[in-house]
Amino acid sequence: MIFSYYPGCTLKTKAKDLDRYGRKSAEALGITLEEIPNWQCCGGVYPISKDEIATKLSSVRALASAKEAGQDLVTLCSACHNVLKQVNNDMANDEEICAKANRYLELEEEYHGETNVIHYLEMLRDKVGFDKIKELVKNPFTGKKIGAYYGCLLLRPGKVLQMDNPENPKIMEDFIRAIGGTPVIYPMRNECCGGYVTLEDKALANKRSGKVLENAKDMGADMLITACPLCLYNLNKNTDGYDVPVYYFTELLAEALGVKD
Amino acid sequence: MQRIGVFVCHCGTNIAATVDVKAVAEAMKIEPGVVFSTDYQYMCSEAGQNLIKDSIKEHKLTGIVVCSCSPRMHEATFRKAAQSAGLNPYMVEIANIREQCSWIHKDMIPATEKAIILGKAAVAKVHLNTPLTAGESPVVKRALVIGGGIAGIQTALDIAEAGFEVDIVEKQPTIGGKMTQIDKTFPTLDCAACILTPKMVDCAQNEKIKIYSYSEVEDVKGFVGNFSVTIKRKARYVDETKCTGCGICTEKCPMKKVPNEFNLGMDNRTAIYIPFAQAVPKVATIDADYCNMLKNGKCGVCQKFCTVGAIDYKQKDTFVEEKYGAIVVATGFNPIKLDNFDEFAYSQSKDVITSLEFERLTNAAGPTSGTLLRPSDGKHPHTIVFVQCVGSRDTSGCGKTYCSKICCMYTAKHAMLVREKYPDTEVYVFYIDVRTPGKNFDEFYRRAVEEYGVHYIKGMVGKVVPRSDGSIMVQASDLLSNEQLHISADLVVLAAAIEPDKSARSLATMLTASMDTNDFFTEAHPKLRPVESPTAGIFLSGVCQGPKDIPETVSQASAAAAKVIGLLAKDKLTCNPCVAEANEWMCNGCSSCEKVCPYGAITYSDKEFRMPDRTTAIRRVASVNPAVCQGCGACTVACPSGAMDLKGFSNSQIMAEVDAICK
Repeated sequence: MIFSYYPGCTLKTKAKDLDRYGRKSAEALGITLEEIPNWQCCGGVYPISKDEIATKLSSVRALASAKEAGQDLVTLCSACHNVLKQVNNDMANDEEICAKANRYLELEEEYHGETNVIHYLEMLRDKVGFDKIKELVKNPFTGKKIGAYYGCLLLRPGKVLQMDNPENPKIMEDFIRAIGGTPVIYPMRNECCGGYVTLEDKALANKRSGKVLENAKDMGADMLITACPLCLYNLNKNTDGYDVPVYYFTELLAEALGVKD
Repeated sequence: MQRIGVFVCHCGTNIAATVDVKAVAEAMKIEPGVVFSTDYQYMCSEAGQNLIKDSIKEHKLTGIVVCSCSPRMHEATFRKAAQSAGLNPYMVEIANIREQCSWIHKDMIPATEKAIILGKAAVAKVHLNTPLTAGESPVVKRALVIGGGIAGIQTALDIAEAGFEVDIVEKQPTIGGKMTQIDKTFPTLDCAACILTPKMVDCAQNEKIKIYSYSEVEDVKGFVGNFSVTIKRKARYVDETKCTGCGICTEKCPMKKVPNEFNLGMDNRTAIYIPFAQAVPKVATIDADYCNMLKNGKCGVCQKFCTVGAIDYKQKDTFVEEKYGAIVVATGFNPIKLDNFDEFAYSQSKDVITSLEFERLTNAAGPTSGTLLRPSDGKHPHTIVFVQCVGSRDTSGCGKTYCSKICCMYTAKHAMLVREKYPDTEVYVFYIDVRTPGKNFDEFYRRAVEEYGVHYIKGMVGKVVPRSDGSIMVQASDLLSNEQLHISADLVVLAAAIEPDKSARSLATMLTASMDTNDFFTEAHPKLRPVESPTAGIFLSGVCQGPKDIPETVSQASAAAAKVIGLLAKDKLTCNPCVAEANEWMCNGCSSCEKVCPYGAITYSDKEFRMPDRTTAIRRVASVNPAVCQGCGACTVACPSGAMDLKGFSNSQIMAEVDAICK
């Protein structure tokens, strides 16, 4: 299986592990991730604004590039995933945005939201299959109580992202089962970590992250996994006193598949 | 050549303010065949009708056109007037210049022009009208009530009271419905069982009422006055005629770990069971999913202990076919599943419960014998949070857009009962709006706040977080003080939205009764015909038509019964003469019409025809049963050779209208 792959800028700087283990695991699963040539930053969360077109353009370029390759586009970072899916949805359904973006970019062929964007977790679930992963696991996390931390960007808005039920998700829990661990379901798993607020009001962001960790610890989690670099950053700033380490899910996948060096 | 009269109505200013009615009447005078044309302020009034009657006689009219409101409103009125003046009622045509003209246009000149065109089309049609005579069909004097909750029970009792036979089909082993699970009823706080069970017994003892419990409607054929219904009697593996309801089998059954649906799974029952002590009929039923004897042939204990030999492991589903004149739908509701609302942690904590579960926890026949205890650890809760509108008035797409109507009142009831019985308990109610219209309802809610000290907080709960120490953190907003609240609760009660029972959808298809987008049955008119379905002979009772509390359900149930009694009191029903008819010479027997007919009114038969060369040929041709045909016209469109025509709406009549409009 070959997919176009959009890593995003954080995965080249702060979140190298998310990217590195993701690629290694994909290789072990027989998947080729072809990094899109000359990709640019997805724009963070700015492209979600309705009245500004410029911020959406680099996402459209990435989407059009995958379309040209005739491949599904795999994303890994929660924020990039959210942005690419939402922009793609706008290109398919919002005539005004679509027309403006196409006029601006002057692509060889107009883009109308044709590319299928999937998150790495969706690739594992829908393209590879968690049962298949279970078979390929060499070092299962037997007995480990692992809490999935979804955060806010991975699943919402549910109607556009179409990945899982945002209020009662199970994709990461199924992933944890596939690598041999025991999922811990704790209510705060889909609450916000504080996000970008950490730049503005550190105390508030810390409070939010603290509540997540407190609840996860309280419900018996040994560790947490996430798909979001910003969540990992915020949670790691607040692990003091909770003793719940936070990892990228790809790191655990690589370890389970025996390809983590 | 017809002699046509045209009558243009002002409808006060409804039409006359936008349409120049005099100009319309004047313009119609020069239409071919029109010998008389006039206008009048209210054509439907007695004076207006007299004007029509007198004109018919004076001008020897053979057909009339009334330019007025929608035919839904007054076609029958004008037909009756024409008939009393000696004209066939089907020689009357209505040009709708109100709903389809004056009400939707603003400018008088084009509106008048359009009114004239609509009038011309009606004149063109009436030229081709022929007198029609309505036939009659007999009425089967027996009614069917589908659903045996309080709605179905009340409807059946009222119909039986009037002297007609009535059957109740109930899919559960007992009648009674949701009301059997409710502890107390608002606003009087009397016990639900005390007022319901006597009615259940009345049903069982009334010789006019037959109860098909543990049964479902399998198929419905026929039409108003003459429905033919197949009822599936599910195998309960107990002979109803022998079982005395003594209950020994339920004591002896070794399979004791079956979730008890009557108590919403909060305790267990046996595989052979009687749902509750006052069940009607009081007959045991074997749950085939759990019975060891039925699953693998290893047990037979109940048969051994049954003193009357009522247990029959070999019982099969049986089918009963019955004829009915009228059918009442009373299929009721269920609380919605809360899968989409996991922010309230319903699936994560046993101490987050629904309001119906709360009813069972406070009911003497419930799993805790009426003492309010937490399902997780059996401890007394000291802080209870009620959350209203869980899935109601929801625009996110996770729940229902409508208001479930009953939750404000039952939540006030729950809050009040808790404070009354356990004064040491703090009670919080989160609401979007408190909606308590109804007799003595608002007073009831105010008592909860003012006398019982229930904390009502305007705002929604955002997150419910169960913690390892057993407490539940409730995070909510107080919109009036603009504060975030964190309440450590012991029990959280969710007022889940209600939705129509799942069986309603397939039933609606069988009955060709229409539904809205929420699967509530649609009434024939939202204000003026609230208990009739648009399909003749189908009536609606209770929540299947829309959310209702008990007093409202009972009122509607009695209203539906009154409508049924009115129908069954007639010996014959007048049929609609506007039915399809096949031209046998043009029919080529292709069956296209038979396939599209939703009423099964078309049959095929081989007929002898004398051909032009004097030979005899046998051809397969369609014929329409006029008593079954509802005049929908689907067959006329489907027929490739144009052999099907609808009386009163023939292809040539419709083409004449189109020609008149396009002229």
